[in-house]
Amino acid sequence: MTSLQQLNISNRYTSVAIGLHWLMAVLLMSLFAVGIYMHELPLSPWKLQIYSWHKWAGVTAFLLVLVRLAWRFTHKPPALPLNMPRSAELAAHIGHTLLYLLMIAIPLTGWLMSSAKGFQTVYFGILPIPDLLARNRELGNILREVHEILNFILIAIVTGHAGAALKHHFIDKDDVLTRMLPFQDR
Amino acid sequence: MIKKCILAILLSSSALASAADYTSIQADKSSLGFIYKQMGVPIDGHFKKFTAQLSFDPAKPAAGKASFDLDITSIDAGSDEANDEVSAKDWFNTKVFPRAKFESTNFKALGGNRYEVSGKMSIKGRTQMVSAPFTFNPQGNTALVDGAFIIKRADYAIGEGSWADFGTVANEIQIKFHFLAVAGK
Repeated sequence: MTSLQQLNISNRYTSVAIGLHWLMAVLLMSLFAVGIYMHELPLSPWKLQIYSWHKWAGVTAFLLVLVRLAWRFTHKPPALPLNMPRSAELAAHIGHTLLYLLMIAIPLTGWLMSSAKGFQTVYFGILPIPDLLARNRELGNILREVHEILNFILIAIVTGHAGAALKHHFIDKDDVLTRMLPFQDR
Repeated sequence: MIKKCILAILLSSSALASAADYTSIQADKSSLGFIYKQMGVPIDGHFKKFTAQLSFDPAKPAAGKASFDLDITSIDAGSDEANDEVSAKDWFNTKVFPRAKFESTNFKALGGNRYEVSGKMSIKGRTQMVSAPFTFNPQGNTALVDGAFIIKRADYAIGEGSWADFGTVANEIQIKFHFLAVAGK
């Protein structure tokens, strides 16, 4: 094994990290789209179904982010390119931290909102998740606003995140994007 | 001697109890609620307005009579959205059927403080026989009455059209009652 190959391997994310990243990317985009679509539906069996699916997927996203964080804390991510300006490094760290915080806060506010609105979350219709909050209409409406605002902040940061990755690839011509892509030859 | 005394006390206390015929319920200390399941999620609701006519003596349950009249428009089905929906034609059709009724046909003792009432439940123009076990706990000249039973919403056409399928809203609805019964003077 040459030292170049070793360098290449160490500069990629682990396949678990790559898998979790893209799984959550798809899941969060779907959750966002469904959330936008469902909230103005007139009451119907379809609306109740899609709300339940949204909640189950949201609980799944929450569990996945915990797995991701555990993986991240036990597996050092590859270093940023050496020639990156300090300000860009700082922006990357702040951006990633905010993404993690939002991936935790958004499902939590969704769960709390559901409780405050009087609907317990029952994972896959089988596993009841305890209500931390009692039914409270005003609080439910506030949490709905918070859930929505956090989602729009998430979308803004995800857009910046994807834009930064594309800039690294096409302008800086470094490996920051490709090291997170699946199915790349090592 | 002691045995006789105890017997006498028991007899007199049961004589006292049998003297009590409960004839009304105190509305502000009584509740009529229900639990239904929506996508596996239990949701509580209740009726804010109902009236009861009662004649029940725990010592003579067979002679008991009870009737309830509830205002369907006073429903709280668990959320504003549900409250707006349930008055509609597919659900309770409250414009045509604003009230539901229960009329007892039979009371029986189940032992201890437990009894069972059977009777005719009429909702949305449909009548079905139902039975509900309950506990009856006298406290002075009042008594706490607690019970629950299950109805099937399809029996009363509650939830028609797109709601008729039980995959989203389950067929079984648990009715729970808690009454403060008051003995007549």
